[in-house]
Amino acid sequence: MAGESLGTILRTAHRLPVQQPWPRYEVDSTQWLAIGQTIAGGGGDLIGLWASPDSVHLALRSSDFETPCVVSLPVTDGTFPSIGRLHAPAIRLERAIRDLHGFTPEDCPDSRPWLDHGSWGVSAPLGASQEAPLRDPAAYEFLPVRGRGLHQVPVGPVHAGIIEPGHFRFTANGETVVRLEERFGYVHKGIGRLLAGAGFDRAARIIARLSGDSTVAYSFAYARALEAALGVSVPPRAQILRGVMAELERIANHFGDIGAICNDAAFAIAHAHCGIFRERILAVCDRTFGHRLMMDRIVPGGVTTDIAPATAADMVATLDEITPRFAEIVRLYDQTPSLQDRTCTTGIVSKALVDRWAAGGHVGRASGRDFDTRRDCSYPPYDSVPLTVPVFERGDVDARVWVRIREVEASMTLLKAWLGALPQGPVFADLPERSQAAEGIAMIEAFRGDLLVWLRIADGKIVCAHARDASHFQWQLLEAAIEGNIVADFPLCNKSFNCSYSGHDG
Amino acid sequence: MAMIYDLVAQGLQMILVLAVAPFILGVTRKVKARLLRRIGPPLLQPYRDIWKLMHKEAVMAHDASWLYRGTPYLLFATTWVAAALIPTYSTGLLFSWSADLIAIVALLATGRFALALAGMDVGTAFGGIGSSREMLIASLAEPAMLLVVFTVSLVAGTTQLSAIAEHMIHGSVGLRVSLGLVLFSFIFVAIAENARIPIDNPATHLELTMVHEAMVLEYSGRHLAMIEAAAALKLTLYFSLLVCLFLPFGMATGDKSPLAFAIGLAFYLSKIMLLAVLLPIAETAVAKMRVFRYPVFLGGAFATAALAVFLLFVSQGF
Repeated sequence: MAGESLGTILRTAHRLPVQQPWPRYEVDSTQWLAIGQTIAGGGGDLIGLWASPDSVHLALRSSDFETPCVVSLPVTDGTFPSIGRLHAPAIRLERAIRDLHGFTPEDCPDSRPWLDHGSWGVSAPLGASQEAPLRDPAAYEFLPVRGRGLHQVPVGPVHAGIIEPGHFRFTANGETVVRLEERFGYVHKGIGRLLAGAGFDRAARIIARLSGDSTVAYSFAYARALEAALGVSVPPRAQILRGVMAELERIANHFGDIGAICNDAAFAIAHAHCGIFRERILAVCDRTFGHRLMMDRIVPGGVTTDIAPATAADMVATLDEITPRFAEIVRLYDQTPSLQDRTCTTGIVSKALVDRWAAGGHVGRASGRDFDTRRDCSYPPYDSVPLTVPVFERGDVDARVWVRIREVEASMTLLKAWLGALPQGPVFADLPERSQAAEGIAMIEAFRGDLLVWLRIADGKIVCAHARDASHFQWQLLEAAIEGNIVADFPLCNKSFNCSYSGHDG
Repeated sequence: MAMIYDLVAQGLQMILVLAVAPFILGVTRKVKARLLRRIGPPLLQPYRDIWKLMHKEAVMAHDASWLYRGTPYLLFATTWVAAALIPTYSTGLLFSWSADLIAIVALLATGRFALALAGMDVGTAFGGIGSSREMLIASLAEPAMLLVVFTVSLVAGTTQLSAIAEHMIHGSVGLRVSLGLVLFSFIFVAIAENARIPIDNPATHLELTMVHEAMVLEYSGRHLAMIEAAAALKLTLYFSLLVCLFLPFGMATGDKSPLAFAIGLAFYLSKIMLLAVLLPIAETAVAKMRVFRYPVFLGGAFATAALAVFLLFVSQGF
């Protein structure tokens, strides 16, 4: 059932002028459910679902509109109709809303807590925030699995390597995985609570630390959301420099990922060389911007650090040096049969699933979902350059590696073009003083895919904010990717997704 | 006096394998690191690791039984005895008549059996996975290994290792197709038995892909020291066996003078050192294989060894 088109539903809805740059509509519960039906029928992509103290908000993208939009349903009695009942990708977001705000999604098929492990001492910290008795964090009912010869393998939250915490409950028949269920929330940092009432500078620092490997993308998204709310335009040189940082971050992370995927198949030589490439990029970032990960370098209004012409040349030289050596590692990857045997046909995600889950980044593009925020919801500096978006159809680990390889190449081309012709001018514009309430939203292509930041400001402070990590919907697809594969291939699938625990837990 | 001399020679052999094993492991790690453009740990690091583990507290699961506590010692003992029985620098040592090649295979199997039980003893999921995979590998590797033993024994006319080595050195063995085939097969088995790439990755931190490491994941302290020492010994054992069966030249055979022993020792050490360099080079070129590919890999080893046995039945000339 496809339902009505979003355009038809929203024609009668009340548009609120407060939010920039995407329109925000206020809807009633009938329209809310109709929108849920439409998304579930494939009439649009769900790209975010969150709550503020007075409403629940749903961000959508559809071919009916030029830009994505947000629809809001005021919450009066502490409940809202569940979208997850119609559209499964929303379930975890609704569970998070219930844990954080105390709003109950009516008829949500999953009533278990998600982020709240019972060790906060309060319930609904962003809502009524009442004292709550401590619960045993381990008491959690995993979904039942029935069948002969099945056994469970609990993995995590503490892992053998130095990685972030997350629990994976495998149900397997011998080596074959029948179901994987994830449980997260171990690195919930209470970002929503920290942001409420924070000044703009402090909020920038908090958001930049949501997921360390995507710090540039988070800062970029925060800066754009705030600039939209304040109506600031950023000088051209700063826009290009932001793009440079974002692409450097993407390249560095992709190098790390390509190497790490090979390493999970015990092919350490590719890992060693990719490690060197990554290090070269990080060293250049350190020389140029004074921080290896470029943390806090993008700020609302522009960037903190300008670069000298010599530094730009240094960066281009580094990229030129890496390019042929990377090509050799790619050739090695492509021509090592033992490695190809591991990555090809492993962990396949179908196109139907990535479309339904609106999975961006390498997960979506490896399974045939041709979407890149930089091109399809473009923002400066990407709106003025041609961008190649690699798309593969197979949806396996190999395809996800190839998306990364091609993206590295595309990013290198972009970087060289930008660095060769940097516009002159200032790199920072002052933020105006504004006391009235405003809202801003921005979606940025991080190296994992699209991430979303929404802000409500008043009196020079953040009132409330929400950040949805790029890997939120990808995590859910990982459960599907491993089904029917063997237990020993999970690390490979997981690494090919490389989702963020910290970003997800918020 | 002659008796004491023999005892010293045998004692030297037992101490030698034990003393050199961690060093050999250190060499493989160092070469691997250099190939990956890392400096790598010092060559003596495995000794330090074992020493460190010996002085650490052994933390044990509540459900651990005597089997879990006893297994590391049994594993170490069986591996050491097996390693000490393989002629390294000289044939005809005092204990060499007490066990033959089949007994060595059996000793290793005993150790593995105990370790697989211990892996399941504490009841963790990883131990169970590791034991199950180890048994899968063992059930495929042991038949291949026995066929290797048959072939070599058919050529030499005995299962006694000392006699086989002497036959290989002095007998008119020449270049034989069957020996070439079983050498290939033996190397496959050795890779699987020692948990090396492409069967297992000794350096992995991914608990879900482990085989040997998964079985011993719960061990710590002196127990882990025993297991690590046994693993190092096992690698040396397979190197020694390869040298003894296929490249025994330089070994002291008739002449039991200290000079002949010294020459034999020098040959032995350089040969295993060479193998310790070659192993990581081969490992760097391939990725670890899927668990369900093990039967193909080890089945290949079995088929090759079987072919060698058949060839020998057709004609002793192969």
